[in-house]
Amino acid sequence: MSDDILVLVEHRAGTVLDPTFELLGRARALAAETGGQAIAVVLGSGVDPLVATLGAADRVIAVDDPAFAEFSPSSYQAALVPIVRDRSPRLVLVANTGPGMDVASGLSAATGLALAAYATGVALEGGAPVVTCQLYAGKIDARVRFADGRGIATVVAGSFPVESGMAAGSPPVERLGPPATDGRIRFKALLAPEAGDVDITRETVLVSVGRGVGEQENLELVEELATALGGAVSVSRPLADAGWLPRSRQVGKSGLKVKPRLYLALGISGAPEHLEGMRGADLIIAVNTDPRAPIFSVAHYGAVADLLDVAQALTRRLAG
Amino acid sequence: MQRELPVIKVDGVTELEHAVVEGVDISGHWNRMFTQRSITEYPTEAMDWITGLEGGESLRNCYQCGKCVPVCPVNHVGDYGPRKLNAKVIRGNRLIDDPDLWLCTTCGNCYRVCPKEVNPIQFMPAIREQAVLEGNIPDELSDVFRNLQRTGNPMGESPRKRADWIAGAGVEIPVISQLDRPVDVLWYVSDYTSYHPRGQDAARAMARVLTALGVDFAILGPEERSDGDSARLAGETGLFELLAEQNIKAFSRYEFKRLVVMDPHAYNAFRNRYPALGWEGEVLHYTQFLAPLVDGMRFLSRVELDVTYHDPCYLGRNNGEYDAPRRLLEAIPGIRLAEMPHNRANGYCCGGGGGGMWLDGTVAGHVSERLSERRVREAVATVGTDGTGVLSVACPYEPSRFEDAVKSTGNDGRLVVRDIIELLDQAMQPPAA
Amino acid sequence: MEFIVLLKQVPDLAEELEIDADGTDLARDWLSYVTSEWDEYALEEALQLRDQAGGSVTCLALDTGSVDELLATCLARGADRVVKVGSFERQPASHVAAAAFAAALRDMPHHLVLTGVQAIDDLDGQVGPLVATLLDLPHVSVVTHIAVGPDGRTATVHQEYAGGVVAELEVDLPATLGVQTSRETPRYAPVSRVRQLMKTMEVGSVEVSADGGAGLVIEAMSVPEVSATAEMIAGSPDAIAERIAAILAERGIGKAAVR
Ligand SMILES: Cc1cc2nc3c(=O)[nH]c(=O)nc-3n(C[C@H](O)[C@H](O)[C@H](O)COP(=O)(O)OP(=O)(O)OC[C@H]3O[C@@H](n4cnc5c(N)ncnc54)[C@H](O)[C@@H]3O)c2cc1C
Ligand code: SF4
Ligand code: SF4
Repeated sequence: MSDDILVLVEHRAGTVLDPTFELLGRARALAAETGGQAIAVVLGSGVDPLVATLGAADRVIAVDDPAFAEFSPSSYQAALVPIVRDRSPRLVLVANTGPGMDVASGLSAATGLALAAYATGVALEGGAPVVTCQLYAGKIDARVRFADGRGIATVVAGSFPVESGMAAGSPPVERLGPPATDGRIRFKALLAPEAGDVDITRETVLVSVGRGVGEQENLELVEELATALGGAVSVSRPLADAGWLPRSRQVGKSGLKVKPRLYLALGISGAPEHLEGMRGADLIIAVNTDPRAPIFSVAHYGAVADLLDVAQALTRRLAG
Repeated sequence: MQRELPVIKVDGVTELEHAVVEGVDISGHWNRMFTQRSITEYPTEAMDWITGLEGGESLRNCYQCGKCVPVCPVNHVGDYGPRKLNAKVIRGNRLIDDPDLWLCTTCGNCYRVCPKEVNPIQFMPAIREQAVLEGNIPDELSDVFRNLQRTGNPMGESPRKRADWIAGAGVEIPVISQLDRPVDVLWYVSDYTSYHPRGQDAARAMARVLTALGVDFAILGPEERSDGDSARLAGETGLFELLAEQNIKAFSRYEFKRLVVMDPHAYNAFRNRYPALGWEGEVLHYTQFLAPLVDGMRFLSRVELDVTYHDPCYLGRNNGEYDAPRRLLEAIPGIRLAEMPHNRANGYCCGGGGGGMWLDGTVAGHVSERLSERRVREAVATVGTDGTGVLSVACPYEPSRFEDAVKSTGNDGRLVVRDIIELLDQAMQPPAA
Repeated sequence: MEFIVLLKQVPDLAEELEIDADGTDLARDWLSYVTSEWDEYALEEALQLRDQAGGSVTCLALDTGSVDELLATCLARGADRVVKVGSFERQPASHVAAAAFAAALRDMPHHLVLTGVQAIDDLDGQVGPLVATLLDLPHVSVVTHIAVGPDGRTATVHQEYAGGVVAELEVDLPATLGVQTSRETPRYAPVSRVRQLMKTMEVGSVEVSADGGAGLVIEAMSVPEVSATAEMIAGSPDAIAERIAAILAERGIGKAAVR
């Protein structure tokens, strides 16, 4: 039994991913409270460059083996189970990503540690973890404890600041081997998304325009803003009907349902048929000249202004 | 040409041995008479299959006279009509995976003129039902079916919120489960009236008008479910029956004299379909209920507007009520009523019937413009020339469809869309200061 | 090939969720239930795979007393068999569900076990990897593409990562997969057919003894605050742009954050 906080390091193509840094930052703060250590567990092949970025950890456990060159759920689990059993940490933090889901539930079943999923907050009370979980698609928050005071939490990306886990440092590295592996799942290839027209359901930033844009020529200004934001342009139905952009860009009842991190609605009135397609977006900012446009009833932020003025100003602001 | 002349057969082809016409010998291969083409060369399976379906029978009766084609609203914006459907079927097309299956709005205008009583209102749902059973169903439509099944309304909104529109009506609207006594009128509010913002405007207006008239009424509130008629016409008979069971259960729980409905599709279902499913009673469209009461209406404002009226297919042509809405409009002081060229029995469909409400994307690829857009142009030409036009309606599908069409045809500012009940309500309020 | 699909019902989010008097659970009186969205994808994939590779699809759901419609819907979509597992008052925690499914599967031939990658009420983790571990099967989550190898001994699957990147993985069968999406929209189950099946279908059942729990103590549930109306930004276009830029920076949204 220990008061350590274990963090499973997720990495791809030689880089540690942001959610891991979020977890490391949080683990460090928690370990300071429990009196244990924040331990980063990294499974990989030729892990030194990865380890070099894990300065925020108090200690790194590294399993370095060609079998871990790429992610395999079965091998990861085979290697992790004994590590978790041996250390018996207070808390294991895993990012709620594909690999994270693969590993965390399996680890729970194999070790008997309880699991709290979809966590957005992790704190300590009387030395034991208390986890806030987001259930029912974000409509309910649940505060849970582990019955025996220790457990695993899978944490939703974006719950903690990335920077807090990016401290410099050279924690001691404990190398384990020979690792247990399980070759029943074999990595074949990493496939980049197809080029071609945009899939708006996958974009994290959508600059969405409606009839308020006025003329087709004005779309250029909107495209510029989308580029500046690293996102894509989507439209309300009238613009797709007009053929200004392909129907694959249309949001709404007869278009696509989207859930980007940012939905910037420019000159869209917010007809229910439109809202149906986008109200699930994480952050909705609406710009409309009509202060009573229904879009404002679903928006988190709104501005009553001319969309062209705001689009240009924002593009300038992001460039400058 | 004389029939008794000797005929010979060469290589299976029949021709005259000697053909002489007005002294000119035209014997030769070019005058060969080919054997008569027989209708039995057409595959009959598709037609047999469709006429074997309950409701599919009449499609065979078509004799290709073509009367239906010019009156079909879809033909105005595309290439359609029962005649063309019949022609496809006799060539072996079961229509099951033909886009034509989803274009008919079951508006009934072709049936009105067809000498052979070919009836798409019957055969379309019958064929569509088979398509649905075979899994051949546009995604946008199956989404709506799922919503109807889950929540009892096409939008997938919470059934508990069905009466949320009550807030803001400014009058008390009793929910029958809380009244504990019989009422004169059970007001069936319907889907779009309950949930769509523009429909809710009409619902609130209706509540005010009923209250002003001292009508003893109540609504079902969260117990109300979609009438499901458009789902039935779009091929989902089972879903229609499921919803009907739920509504009939609710109807039977309470005592009321008559059912007054806002939605012509609900009117059609309750009047023509529910009896076979076990519920029978007096059903009135709200215009029918209110028209006899006009003398008791106290109009406090003049509504100086040029108004035309769009006959909903399922109130007008398919259920024969043309006068009640017009009587209400004529009673409103100030209104100048003008008819569009397509009116009454020849009214032009808004495109929303028969599931069309939920097939916009599917239909879009096969028509040059939406029916609602065409209808709006007609309304603008009738009453919208000096910017004071009103397209009045009596079906909750229409405000959203027509208002969208007003925008997309560039007629913002020329025409507004109002339910008749909204105009009545406006006239019964004191003039705006 | 024997395809198994594990399904469950979850509260319909069309309803506004409320918390019960204890403050530790949903107020369930008014809830209606629907099949978990991702389980529907799993079923669709299973049906597609069966139609390609041959075999049969068996759908399993825990018997909570109200799964007949779910199972009839599975049959209406084309499943070959449906089975109720155990006997529960209501949908139990994922660990308990997984133990029950694993117990049922021990006596049931299975090559590919598909389930939704997650469900909206998976407080104690996803059922797929729990079942896999209990049965010692390999498991892949967030699967967006499945192809069964010609010899039926392996499957090639895509696991989806953020930003549209996917990993292609080869899995030895039998295996379990957590399905993220199906190649086609889950097919519509006509109500006419479901209603008929409710009367005529044969439902298998498996007794299992399921005990244990999630090992979690729920201290409180709450409905997160969401402001009904937007916070309005006033000022000149430049001032508005400035404020929007600040909001985005705060949340790490925008090009700078996409590293
Ligand atoms: C069956 C059906 C299905 C439908 N499906 C869809 C769908 O999938 N997707 C969809 O989007 N719609 C759909 N619609 C259409 C929908 O009802 C609306 O008509 C449509 O969404 C309106 O688009 P809009 O907001 O761009 O246009 P409008 O409603 O015309 O709104 C334009 C807005 O721009 C504002 N504006 C004008 N000028 C400026 C300016 N200079 N700066 C800032 N703001 C300005 C105006 O105030 C107004 O609010 C559907 C309709 C029906 C009936
Ligand atoms: S009017 Fe009737 S008979 Fe004439 S072509 Fe049309 S469907 Fe056929
Ligand atoms: S019912 Fe109406 S839409 Fe259908 S074919 Fe006849 S005229 Fe055309």
